[in-house]
Amino acid sequence: MTPAICVEHLTVTFGEGMLAFRAVDDVSFSVMPGTAFGLVGESGCGKSTVMGAIAGRLTDWQGKIAIDGEPISGRRTLPQRARVQMVFQDPYGSLHPRHTIERTLLEPLEIHGLDDRDRRIGKVLEQVGLPQRFRYRFPHQLSGGQRQRVAIARALILSPKVMLLDEPTSALDVSVQAEVLNLLKTLQEDQGLTYLLVSHDMAVIAHVCDQIAVMREGRFVELTDKQRLIAGAVENDYTRLLREGV
Amino acid sequence: MTSSTTVLSGLHAWLVTDDVASSRQAKLGRAYRVWLELLANPLAFGGAVVVLVLVALALLAPVISPYNPNAQNLLEALRPPSATHWFGTDEYGRDVFSRVLFGARTTLYTTLLVAIIVAPIGFLVGATSGYLGGWVDTVLMRITDIFLAFPGLVLALAFSAALGPGIENAVIAISLTVWPPIARLARAETLTVRNADYVVAARLQGASVARILWRHIVPICAPSIIVRVTLSMASIILTAAGLGFLGLGVQPPTAEWGAMAASGRQYLLDAWWLTTIPGLAILLVSLAFNLLGDGLRDILDPRNG
Repeated sequence: MTPAICVEHLTVTFGEGMLAFRAVDDVSFSVMPGTAFGLVGESGCGKSTVMGAIAGRLTDWQGKIAIDGEPISGRRTLPQRARVQMVFQDPYGSLHPRHTIERTLLEPLEIHGLDDRDRRIGKVLEQVGLPQRFRYRFPHQLSGGQRQRVAIARALILSPKVMLLDEPTSALDVSVQAEVLNLLKTLQEDQGLTYLLVSHDMAVIAHVCDQIAVMREGRFVELTDKQRLIAGAVENDYTRLLREGV
Repeated sequence: MTSSTTVLSGLHAWLVTDDVASSRQAKLGRAYRVWLELLANPLAFGGAVVVLVLVALALLAPVISPYNPNAQNLLEALRPPSATHWFGTDEYGRDVFSRVLFGARTTLYTTLLVAIIVAPIGFLVGATSGYLGGWVDTVLMRITDIFLAFPGLVLALAFSAALGPGIENAVIAISLTVWPPIARLARAETLTVRNADYVVAARLQGASVARILWRHIVPICAPSIIVRVTLSMASIILTAAGLGFLGLGVQPPTAEWGAMAASGRQYLLDAWWLTTIPGLAILLVSLAFNLLGDGLRDILDPRNG
Protein backbone atom coordinates (compact mmCIF):
# COMPACT_ATOMS: atom_id res chain seq x y z
CA MET A 1 0.00 0.00 0.00
CA THR A 2 1.31 3.44 -0.91
CA PRO A 3 1.71 5.74 2.08
CA ALA A 4 -0.43 8.90 1.95
CA ILE A 5 2.52 10.95 3.15
CA CYS A 6 6.09 9.82 2.65
CA VAL A 7 8.92 12.03 3.89
CA GLU A 8 12.52 10.98 3.34
CA HIS A 9 15.59 12.74 4.70
CA LEU A 10 13.82 16.08 5.03
CA THR A 11 16.24 18.83 6.00
CA VAL A 12 15.35 22.49 6.34
CA THR A 13 18.02 25.10 6.95
CA PHE A 14 17.34 28.75 7.67
CA GLY A 15 20.04 31.35 7.02
CA GLU A 16 23.45 30.82 5.48
CA GLY A 17 27.07 30.28 6.46
CA MET A 18 27.92 30.84 10.10
CA LEU A 19 24.34 31.85 10.92
CA ALA A 20 22.79 28.78 9.30
CA PHE A 21 20.27 27.06 11.54
CA ARG A 22 19.05 23.55 10.91
CA ALA A 23 15.39 23.63 11.91
CA VAL A 24 14.75 20.11 10.63
CA ASP A 25 17.63 17.64 10.44
CA ASP A 26 17.23 14.50 8.30
CA VAL A 27 13.70 13.51 9.26
CA SER A 28 12.01 10.51 7.62
CA PHE A 29 8.56 9.05 8.22
CA SER A 30 5.54 7.78 6.36
CA VAL A 31 1.84 7.85 7.13
CA MET A 32 -0.56 5.20 5.84
CA PRO A 33 -3.87 6.34 4.30
CA GLY A 34 -6.67 6.80 6.81
CA THR A 35 -4.38 7.00 9.82
CA ALA A 36 -3.27 9.91 11.94
CA PHE A 37 0.35 10.79 12.61
CA GLY A 38 1.25 13.07 15.49
CA LEU A 39 4.29 15.28 15.80
CA VAL A 40 4.91 16.37 19.35
CA GLY A 41 7.58 18.51 20.94
CA GLU A 42 8.12 21.83 22.61
CA SER A 43 8.12 25.13 20.70
CA GLY A 44 11.03 25.54 18.35
CA CYS A 45 11.66 21.82 17.94
CA GLY A 46 10.93 21.97 14.22
CA LYS A 47 7.55 20.26 14.15
CA SER A 48 5.80 23.21 12.49
CA THR A 49 8.63 23.47 9.98
CA VAL A 50 8.06 19.85 8.91
CA MET A 51 4.41 20.71 8.41
CA GLY A 52 5.30 23.91 6.55
CA ALA A 53 7.40 21.96 4.07
CA ILE A 54 4.61 19.44 3.43
CA ALA A 55 1.98 22.20 3.19
CA GLY A 56 4.02 24.13 0.65
CA ARG A 57 4.42 27.10 2.93
CA LEU A 58 8.18 26.62 2.80
CA THR A 59 9.69 26.10 -0.61
CA ASP A 60 13.34 25.74 0.25
CA TRP A 61 14.06 22.29 1.67
CA GLN A 62 16.15 19.22 0.91
CA GLY A 63 14.98 15.62 0.83
CA LYS A 64 11.91 13.96 -0.64
CA ILE A 65 8.23 14.45 0.07
CA ALA A 66 5.62 12.34 -1.69
CA ILE A 67 1.85 12.58 -1.34
CA ASP A 68 -0.02 9.45 -2.45
CA GLY A 69 3.19 8.25 -4.05
CA GLU A 70 3.57 11.40 -6.14
CA PRO A 71 6.71 13.40 -5.32
CA ILE A 72 6.07 17.11 -4.74
CA SER A 73 8.39 20.08 -4.79
CA GLY A 74 8.19 23.75 -3.81
CA ARG A 75 6.14 24.55 -6.92
CA ARG A 76 2.83 22.72 -7.07
CA THR A 77 -0.03 22.17 -9.43
CA LEU A 78 -3.61 22.88 -8.37
CA PRO A 79 -4.53 19.16 -7.98
CA GLN A 80 -1.45 18.68 -5.81
CA ARG A 81 -2.53 21.63 -3.69
CA ALA A 82 -6.10 20.35 -3.35
CA ARG A 83 -4.84 16.99 -2.11
CA VAL A 84 -3.12 18.50 0.93
CA GLN A 85 -5.12 20.96 3.02
CA MET A 86 -4.17 22.73 6.19
CA VAL A 87 -6.05 23.86 9.30
CA PHE A 88 -4.37 26.64 11.21
CA GLN A 89 -3.84 27.05 14.92
CA ASP A 90 -5.59 30.34 15.51
CA PRO A 91 -9.20 30.44 14.30
CA TYR A 92 -9.25 34.17 15.00
CA GLY A 93 -6.51 34.80 12.44
CA SER A 94 -7.18 32.18 9.80
CA LEU A 95 -10.50 33.53 8.51
CA HIS A 96 -10.64 36.75 6.51
CA PRO A 97 -12.34 39.28 8.82
CA ARG A 98 -14.24 40.94 5.97
CA HIS A 99 -15.40 37.81 4.16
CA THR A 100 -18.67 36.13 5.01
CA ILE A 101 -18.48 32.40 5.68
CA GLU A 102 -19.90 31.83 2.20
CA ARG A 103 -17.18 33.97 0.64
CA THR A 104 -14.50 32.12 2.63
CA LEU A 105 -15.80 28.78 1.35
CA LEU A 106 -16.29 30.06 -2.21
CA GLU A 107 -12.65 31.06 -2.53
CA PRO A 108 -11.18 27.54 -2.83
CA LEU A 109 -14.01 26.54 -5.20
CA GLU A 110 -13.30 29.50 -7.47
CA ILE A 111 -9.53 28.96 -7.37
CA HIS A 112 -9.93 25.31 -8.34
CA GLY A 113 -12.71 26.00 -10.85
CA LEU A 114 -15.20 23.64 -9.20
CA ASP A 115 -18.86 24.04 -10.07
CA ASP A 116 -22.06 23.21 -8.17
CA ARG A 117 -20.82 25.64 -5.57
CA ASP A 118 -24.01 26.21 -3.64
CA ARG A 119 -24.53 22.52 -2.99
CA ARG A 120 -20.89 21.94 -2.04
CA ILE A 121 -21.00 24.75 0.51
CA GLY A 122 -24.26 23.45 1.96
CA LYS A 123 -22.81 19.96 2.23
CA VAL A 124 -19.55 20.96 3.84
CA LEU A 125 -21.33 23.13 6.42
CA GLU A 126 -23.42 20.12 7.31
CA GLN A 127 -20.32 17.92 7.57
CA VAL A 128 -18.68 20.24 10.10
CA GLY A 129 -21.91 20.62 12.04
CA LEU A 130 -22.70 24.27 11.33
CA PRO A 131 -26.25 25.45 10.62
CA GLN A 132 -26.87 26.63 7.04
CA ARG A 133 -27.85 30.12 8.22
CA PHE A 134 -24.25 30.75 9.34
CA ARG A 135 -23.36 31.06 5.68
CA TYR A 136 -23.95 34.78 5.58
CA ARG A 137 -22.26 35.66 8.84
CA PHE A 138 -18.92 37.32 9.28
CA PRO A 139 -16.27 35.62 11.43
CA HIS A 140 -16.72 38.16 14.24
CA GLN A 141 -20.27 36.88 14.65
CA LEU A 142 -19.00 33.35 15.44
CA SER A 143 -17.35 31.78 18.48
CA GLY A 144 -13.83 30.35 18.40
CA GLY A 145 -15.05 26.77 18.03
CA GLN A 146 -17.45 27.74 15.23
CA ARG A 147 -14.66 29.56 13.45
CA GLN A 148 -12.43 26.53 13.65
CA ARG A 149 -15.26 24.49 12.14
CA VAL A 150 -15.37 26.97 9.25
CA ALA A 151 -11.60 26.63 8.83
CA ILE A 152 -12.00 22.84 8.74
CA ALA A 153 -14.82 23.26 6.19
CA ARG A 154 -12.58 25.42 4.01
CA ALA A 155 -10.00 22.63 3.95
CA LEU A 156 -12.59 19.89 3.50
CA ILE A 157 -14.40 21.52 0.58
CA LEU A 158 -11.56 20.61 -1.80
CA SER A 159 -11.94 16.89 -0.91
CA PRO A 160 -8.33 16.48 0.24
CA LYS A 161 -6.57 13.20 0.93
CA VAL A 162 -4.32 14.65 3.60
CA MET A 163 -5.18 17.20 6.25
CA LEU A 164 -2.42 19.05 8.08
CA LEU A 165 -3.58 20.14 11.50
CA ASP A 166 -1.39 22.76 13.13
CA GLU A 167 -2.35 22.76 16.82
CA PRO A 168 -6.01 22.86 15.79
CA THR A 169 -7.37 23.13 19.31
CA SER A 170 -4.75 24.96 21.35
CA ALA A 171 -6.44 28.36 20.88
CA LEU A 172 -9.82 27.04 22.05
CA ASP A 173 -11.54 26.60 25.41
CA VAL A 174 -11.12 23.16 26.95
CA SER A 175 -14.79 22.24 26.48
CA VAL A 176 -14.70 23.29 22.83
CA GLN A 177 -11.40 21.45 22.26
CA ALA A 178 -13.11 18.12 22.80
CA GLU A 179 -15.90 18.99 20.35
CA VAL A 180 -13.46 19.96 17.63
CA LEU A 181 -11.28 16.89 18.21
CA ASN A 182 -14.32 14.63 18.04
CA LEU A 183 -15.41 16.32 14.82
CA LEU A 184 -11.96 15.70 13.37
CA LYS A 185 -12.13 12.03 14.36
CA THR A 186 -15.60 11.61 12.86
CA LEU A 187 -14.52 13.27 9.62
CA GLN A 188 -11.48 11.04 9.43
CA GLU A 189 -13.61 7.90 9.78
CA ASP A 190 -16.25 9.09 7.28
CA GLN A 191 -13.90 10.40 4.61
CA GLY A 192 -10.89 8.15 5.12
CA LEU A 193 -8.69 11.19 5.65
CA THR A 194 -5.05 11.04 6.57
CA TYR A 195 -4.01 13.43 9.32
CA LEU A 196 -0.71 14.95 10.24
CA LEU A 197 -1.23 16.62 13.59
CA VAL A 198 1.26 18.94 15.21
CA SER A 199 0.83 19.69 18.90
CA HIS A 200 2.67 20.25 22.12
CA ASP A 201 -0.25 18.70 23.99
CA MET A 202 0.32 14.96 24.62
CA ALA A 203 -3.34 14.45 25.55
CA VAL A 204 -4.54 15.77 22.18
CA ILE A 205 -1.96 13.72 20.32
CA ALA A 206 -2.85 10.54 22.21
CA HIS A 207 -6.55 11.13 21.57
CA VAL A 208 -6.29 11.51 17.80
CA CYS A 209 -3.11 9.86 16.55
CA ASP A 210 -2.18 6.27 15.77
CA GLN A 211 1.52 6.94 15.30
CA ILE A 212 3.45 9.50 17.28
CA ALA A 213 6.87 11.02 16.69
CA VAL A 214 8.58 13.00 19.41
CA MET A 215 10.77 15.79 18.08
CA ARG A 216 13.61 17.66 19.70
CA GLU A 217 16.02 20.11 18.11
CA GLY A 218 14.99 19.18 14.59
CA ARG A 219 15.29 15.38 15.00
CA PHE A 220 12.99 12.55 15.91
CA VAL A 221 13.95 11.22 19.32
CA GLU A 222 11.31 8.54 19.42
CA LEU A 223 8.74 6.97 17.12
CA THR A 224 5.97 5.27 19.04
CA ASP A 225 2.28 4.45 18.80
CA LYS A 226 -0.86 5.28 20.71
CA GLN A 227 -1.03 2.12 22.85
CA ARG A 228 2.56 2.36 23.97
CA LEU A 229 2.23 6.06 24.72
CA ILE A 230 -0.90 5.57 26.83
CA ALA A 231 0.62 2.57 28.59
CA GLY A 232 3.73 4.57 29.32
CA ALA A 233 5.89 2.03 27.49
CA VAL A 234 8.16 4.69 26.04
CA GLU A 235 11.86 4.27 25.64
CA ASN A 236 13.19 7.80 25.55
CA ASP A 237 13.58 9.94 28.68
CA TYR A 238 12.49 13.05 26.82
CA THR A 239 9.28 11.36 25.73
CA ARG A 240 8.64 10.34 29.32
CA LEU A 241 9.25 13.90 30.43
CA LEU A 242 6.75 15.27 27.88
CA ARG A 243 4.23 12.58 28.73
CA GLU A 244 4.35 13.23 32.45
CA GLY A 245 4.65 16.98 32.11
CA VAL A 246 1.13 17.29 30.79
CA MET B 1 -47.96 56.61 12.36
CA THR B 2 -47.63 53.57 14.62
CA SER B 3 -47.54 51.20 11.65
CA SER B 4 -44.69 53.14 10.05
CA THR B 5 -42.80 53.03 13.37
CA THR B 6 -43.20 49.28 13.58
CA VAL B 7 -42.04 48.94 9.97
CA LEU B 8 -38.99 51.03 10.78
CA SER B 9 -38.15 49.14 13.97
CA GLY B 10 -38.68 45.88 12.08
CA LEU B 11 -36.25 47.11 9.42
CA HIS B 12 -33.78 48.11 12.12
CA ALA B 13 -34.01 44.66 13.72
CA TRP B 14 -33.61 43.01 10.31
CA LEU B 15 -30.49 45.07 9.67
CA VAL B 16 -28.73 44.62 13.02
CA THR B 17 -29.47 40.95 13.63
CA ASP B 18 -26.61 38.46 13.75
CA ASP B 19 -28.90 35.85 12.29
CA VAL B 20 -28.48 36.79 8.66
CA ALA B 21 -30.40 34.97 5.95
CA SER B 22 -28.80 36.27 2.75
CA SER B 23 -25.57 37.86 1.63
CA ARG B 24 -27.55 40.98 0.65
CA GLN B 25 -28.78 41.29 4.22
CA ALA B 26 -25.23 40.84 5.52
CA LYS B 27 -23.90 43.64 3.32
CA LEU B 28 -26.81 45.98 4.01
CA GLY B 29 -26.41 45.28 7.72
CA ARG B 30 -22.78 46.35 7.60
CA ALA B 31 -23.60 49.52 5.68
CA TYR B 32 -26.38 50.23 8.18
CA ARG B 33 -23.96 49.98 11.10
CA VAL B 34 -21.66 52.52 9.44
CA TRP B 35 -24.71 54.75 8.94
CA LEU B 36 -25.67 54.46 12.63
CA GLU B 37 -22.16 55.40 13.69
CA LEU B 38 -22.16 58.32 11.28
CA LEU B 39 -25.40 59.55 12.87
CA ALA B 40 -23.75 59.33 16.28
CA ASN B 41 -20.92 61.64 15.17
CA PRO B 42 -22.49 65.09 14.54
CA LEU B 43 -19.43 66.71 12.95
CA ALA B 44 -18.89 63.88 10.49
CA PHE B 45 -22.60 63.80 9.78
CA GLY B 46 -22.54 67.55 9.11
CA GLY B 47 -19.62 67.02 6.72
CA ALA B 48 -21.52 64.26 4.94
CA VAL B 49 -24.59 66.49 4.62
CA VAL B 50 -22.55 69.35 3.13
CA VAL B 51 -20.89 66.97 0.67
CA LEU B 52 -24.27 65.50 -0.31
CA VAL B 53 -25.74 69.00 -0.73
CA LEU B 54 -22.76 69.89 -2.92
CA VAL B 55 -23.38 66.82 -5.07
CA ALA B 56 -27.10 67.64 -5.32
CA LEU B 57 -26.45 71.29 -6.21
CA ALA B 58 -23.87 70.33 -8.81
CA LEU B 59 -26.21 67.80 -10.41
CA LEU B 60 -29.15 70.20 -10.37
CA ALA B 61 -27.17 73.32 -11.33
CA PRO B 62 -28.92 73.82 -14.70
CA VAL B 63 -32.31 73.57 -12.99
CA ILE B 64 -31.62 75.69 -9.92
CA SER B 65 -29.45 78.47 -11.25
CA PRO B 66 -31.51 81.57 -12.04
CA TYR B 67 -29.23 82.76 -14.88
CA ASN B 68 -26.97 81.30 -17.52
CA PRO B 69 -23.56 81.28 -15.76
CA ASN B 70 -21.81 82.57 -18.87
CA ALA B 71 -24.38 85.15 -20.01
CA GLN B 72 -22.75 88.57 -19.93
CA ASN B 73 -24.66 91.73 -19.26
CA LEU B 74 -22.31 94.69 -18.99
CA LEU B 75 -25.13 96.98 -17.86
CA GLU B 76 -25.48 94.83 -14.73
CA ALA B 77 -21.73 94.51 -14.01
CA LEU B 78 -20.40 94.48 -10.43
CA ARG B 79 -23.79 94.69 -8.74
CA PRO B 80 -23.71 93.88 -5.02
CA PRO B 81 -25.80 90.98 -3.65
CA SER B 82 -29.50 91.73 -3.92
CA ALA B 83 -32.84 89.99 -4.39
CA THR B 84 -32.30 89.65 -8.17
CA HIS B 85 -28.65 88.56 -7.91
CA TRP B 86 -28.24 86.75 -4.58
CA PHE B 87 -24.46 86.79 -4.67
CA GLY B 88 -24.16 89.88 -6.90
CA THR B 89 -22.65 90.01 -10.39
CA ASP B 90 -19.07 90.00 -11.65
CA GLU B 91 -17.21 92.44 -13.92
CA TYR B 92 -19.03 91.11 -17.01
CA GLY B 93 -22.42 91.21 -15.32
CA ARG B 94 -22.59 87.41 -14.90
CA ASP B 95 -24.61 86.12 -11.96
CA VAL B 96 -22.21 84.97 -9.23
CA PHE B 97 -24.76 82.61 -7.62
CA SER B 98 -25.19 80.74 -10.91
CA ARG B 99 -21.46 80.64 -11.43
CA VAL B 100 -20.86 79.28 -7.93
CA LEU B 101 -23.39 76.53 -8.63
CA PHE B 102 -21.75 75.62 -11.93
CA GLY B 103 -18.35 75.96 -10.26
CA ALA B 104 -19.44 73.20 -7.88
CA ARG B 105 -19.73 70.94 -10.94
CA THR B 106 -16.16 71.72 -11.95
CA THR B 107 -14.89 71.18 -8.41
CA LEU B 108 -16.76 67.91 -8.01
CA TYR B 109 -15.70 66.70 -11.44
CA THR B 110 -12.04 67.42 -10.67
CA THR B 111 -12.05 65.85 -7.19
CA LEU B 112 -13.97 62.75 -8.28
CA LEU B 113 -11.75 62.23 -11.28
CA VAL B 114 -8.62 62.60 -9.14
CA ALA B 115 -10.03 60.19 -6.54
CA ILE B 116 -10.92 57.61 -9.20
CA ILE B 117 -7.42 57.85 -10.66
CA VAL B 118 -5.32 57.93 -7.49
CA ALA B 119 -7.10 55.33 -5.34
CA PRO B 120 -6.53 52.36 -7.70
CA ILE B 121 -3.02 53.49 -8.71
CA GLY B 122 -1.99 54.11 -5.12
CA PHE B 123 -3.42 50.78 -4.02
CA LEU B 124 -1.90 48.82 -6.87
CA VAL B 125 1.58 50.29 -6.41
CA GLY B 126 1.51 50.04 -2.62
CA ALA B 127 -0.09 46.61 -2.32
CA THR B 128 2.07 45.04 -5.04
CA SER B 129 5.13 46.52 -3.42
CA GLY B 130 4.18 45.33 0.06
CA TYR B 131 2.94 41.90 -0.99
CA LEU B 132 5.76 40.91 -3.34
CA GLY B 133 8.59 42.60 -1.43
CA GLY B 134 12.16 42.21 -2.67
CA TRP B 135 13.38 44.26 -5.61
CA VAL B 136 9.82 45.08 -6.74
CA ASP B 137 9.29 46.76 -3.39
CA THR B 138 12.57 48.65 -3.62
CA VAL B 139 11.92 49.95 -7.14
CA LEU B 140 8.29 50.94 -6.56
CA MET B 141 9.00 52.61 -3.24
CA ARG B 142 11.92 54.63 -4.59
CA ILE B 143 9.66 55.87 -7.40
CA THR B 144 7.09 56.78 -4.75
CA ASP B 145 9.79 58.57 -2.75
CA ILE B 146 10.73 60.63 -5.78
CA PHE B 147 7.13 61.73 -6.27
CA LEU B 148 6.81 62.44 -2.56
CA ALA B 149 9.87 64.66 -2.68
CA PHE B 150 8.23 67.08 -5.12
CA PRO B 151 6.27 69.95 -3.60
CA GLY B 152 2.69 69.25 -4.71
CA LEU B 153 1.58 72.57 -6.11
CA VAL B 154 4.89 73.20 -7.87
CA LEU B 155 4.78 69.79 -9.58
CA ALA B 156 1.17 70.42 -10.59
CA LEU B 157 2.20 73.84 -11.91
CA ALA B 158 5.03 72.35 -13.91
CA PHE B 159 2.75 69.70 -15.42
CA SER B 160 0.00 72.16 -16.23
CA ALA B 161 2.56 74.42 -17.83
CA ALA B 162 4.08 71.55 -19.80
CA LEU B 163 0.82 69.92 -20.89
CA GLY B 164 -1.06 73.17 -21.35
CA PRO B 165 -3.81 74.56 -19.16
CA GLY B 166 -7.17 72.78 -18.97
CA ILE B 167 -9.23 70.70 -16.60
CA GLU B 168 -7.96 67.29 -17.79
CA ASN B 169 -4.36 68.35 -17.43
CA ALA B 170 -5.12 69.85 -14.04
CA VAL B 171 -6.57 66.47 -13.02
CA ILE B 172 -3.46 64.62 -14.23
CA ALA B 173 -1.20 67.14 -12.53
CA ILE B 174 -3.02 66.86 -9.21
CA SER B 175 -3.19 63.06 -9.41
CA LEU B 176 0.58 62.90 -9.76
CA THR B 177 0.99 64.55 -6.40
CA VAL B 178 -1.78 62.72 -4.55
CA TRP B 179 -1.11 59.02 -5.24
CA PRO B 180 2.23 58.55 -3.38
CA PRO B 181 0.87 58.86 0.18
CA ILE B 182 -1.89 56.41 -0.75
CA ALA B 183 0.68 53.96 -2.10
CA ARG B 184 2.61 54.20 1.16
CA LEU B 185 -0.53 53.62 3.16
CA ALA B 186 -1.53 50.62 1.05
CA ARG B 187 1.98 49.18 1.39
CA ALA B 188 1.95 49.55 5.17
CA GLU B 189 -1.47 47.90 5.43
CA THR B 190 -0.41 45.10 3.10
CA LEU B 191 2.73 44.41 5.12
CA THR B 192 0.63 43.84 8.23
CA VAL B 193 -1.55 41.19 6.57
CA ARG B 194 0.64 39.57 3.92
CA ASN B 195 1.62 36.78 6.30
CA ALA B 196 -1.70 36.59 8.11
CA ASP B 197 -3.04 33.04 8.27
CA TYR B 198 -5.99 33.83 6.02
CA VAL B 199 -3.70 35.12 3.28
CA VAL B 200 -1.37 32.13 3.71
CA ALA B 201 -4.41 29.84 3.51
CA ALA B 202 -5.45 31.40 0.19
CA ARG B 203 -1.89 31.15 -1.10
CA LEU B 204 -1.59 27.48 -0.10
CA GLN B 205 -4.88 26.75 -1.84
CA GLY B 206 -3.35 28.15 -5.02
CA ALA B 207 -4.71 31.71 -5.22
CA SER B 208 -2.88 33.89 -7.75
CA VAL B 209 -1.23 37.15 -6.73
CA ALA B 210 -3.99 39.09 -8.52
CA ARG B 211 -6.69 37.19 -6.64
CA ILE B 212 -4.99 37.71 -3.29
CA LEU B 213 -4.59 41.43 -3.93
CA TRP B 214 -8.16 41.87 -5.16
CA ARG B 215 -10.09 39.53 -2.88
CA HIS B 216 -8.01 39.56 0.28
CA ILE B 217 -5.92 42.73 0.45
CA VAL B 218 -8.42 45.20 -1.06
CA PRO B 219 -11.05 44.63 1.66
CA ILE B 220 -8.36 45.20 4.30
CA CYS B 221 -6.91 48.35 2.72
CA ALA B 222 -10.19 49.86 1.46
CA PRO B 223 -11.30 51.58 4.68
CA SER B 224 -8.03 53.40 5.28
CA ILE B 225 -7.73 54.31 1.59
CA ILE B 226 -11.28 55.69 1.58
CA VAL B 227 -10.44 57.75 4.65
CA ARG B 228 -7.18 58.95 3.17
CA VAL B 229 -8.78 59.92 -0.15
CA THR B 230 -11.59 61.76 1.64
CA LEU B 231 -9.05 63.68 3.69
CA SER B 232 -7.08 64.41 0.50
CA MET B 233 -10.22 65.86 -1.11
CA ALA B 234 -9.67 69.14 0.72
CA SER B 235 -6.14 69.50 -0.60
CA ILE B 236 -7.27 68.38 -4.08
CA ILE B 237 -9.91 71.13 -4.07
CA LEU B 238 -7.36 73.66 -2.84
CA THR B 239 -4.78 72.64 -5.44
CA ALA B 240 -7.41 72.74 -8.19
CA ALA B 241 -8.49 76.19 -7.00
CA GLY B 242 -4.85 77.25 -6.81
CA LEU B 243 -4.26 76.13 -10.39
CA GLY B 244 -7.43 77.92 -11.44
CA PHE B 245 -6.29 81.02 -9.56
CA LEU B 246 -3.00 80.98 -11.46
CA GLY B 247 -4.83 80.48 -14.76
CA LEU B 248 -3.49 76.93 -15.27
CA GLY B 249 -6.68 75.04 -14.46
CA VAL B 250 -10.04 75.34 -16.07
CA GLN B 251 -10.10 77.90 -18.83
CA PRO B 252 -12.58 80.77 -19.06
CA PRO B 253 -15.46 81.15 -19.46
CA THR B 254 -16.12 77.86 -17.54
CA ALA B 255 -16.99 78.70 -13.95
CA GLU B 256 -14.39 77.53 -11.43
CA TRP B 257 -14.09 78.74 -7.85
CA GLY B 258 -10.35 79.38 -7.90
CA ALA B 259 -10.48 81.26 -11.20
CA MET B 260 -13.49 83.25 -9.98
CA ALA B 261 -11.62 84.30 -6.87
CA ALA B 262 -8.61 85.24 -8.99
CA SER B 263 -10.53 87.42 -11.42
CA GLY B 264 -12.41 89.13 -8.60
CA ARG B 265 -9.12 90.13 -6.97
CA GLN B 266 -8.83 93.28 -9.10
CA TYR B 267 -12.15 94.54 -7.75
CA LEU B 268 -11.60 93.42 -4.19
CA LEU B 269 -12.10 96.85 -2.62
CA ASP B 270 -15.26 97.69 -4.56
CA ALA B 271 -16.79 94.28 -5.03
CA TRP B 272 -15.90 92.05 -2.06
CA TRP B 273 -18.42 89.34 -3.10
CA LEU B 274 -16.42 88.36 -6.18
CA THR B 275 -13.60 86.81 -4.13
CA THR B 276 -15.39 86.18 -0.86
CA ILE B 277 -18.21 83.96 -2.14
CA PRO B 278 -16.06 81.48 -4.13
CA GLY B 279 -13.54 81.57 -1.27
CA LEU B 280 -16.23 80.67 1.24
CA ALA B 281 -17.44 77.89 -1.06
CA ILE B 282 -13.92 76.43 -1.18
CA LEU B 283 -13.57 76.75 2.59
CA LEU B 284 -16.94 75.14 3.31
CA VAL B 285 -16.46 72.18 0.99
CA SER B 286 -12.86 71.51 2.06
CA LEU B 287 -13.92 71.65 5.69
CA ALA B 288 -16.82 69.31 5.00
CA PHE B 289 -14.53 66.74 3.36
CA ASN B 290 -12.09 66.97 6.27
CA LEU B 291 -14.83 66.48 8.87
CA LEU B 292 -16.28 63.58 6.91
CA GLY B 293 -12.83 62.03 6.54
CA ASP B 294 -12.12 62.31 10.26
CA GLY B 295 -15.49 60.79 11.05
CA LEU B 296 -14.99 57.95 8.59
CA ARG B 297 -11.64 57.23 10.17
CA ASP B 298 -13.30 56.83 13.55
CA ILE B 299 -15.95 54.58 12.03
CA LEU B 300 -14.02 52.45 9.55
CA ASP B 301 -10.58 52.16 11.07
CA PRO B 302 -10.64 49.60 13.86
CA ARG B 303 -7.45 50.98 15.40
CA ASN B 304 -9.25 54.20 16.28
CA GLY B 305 -12.17 52.63 17.99
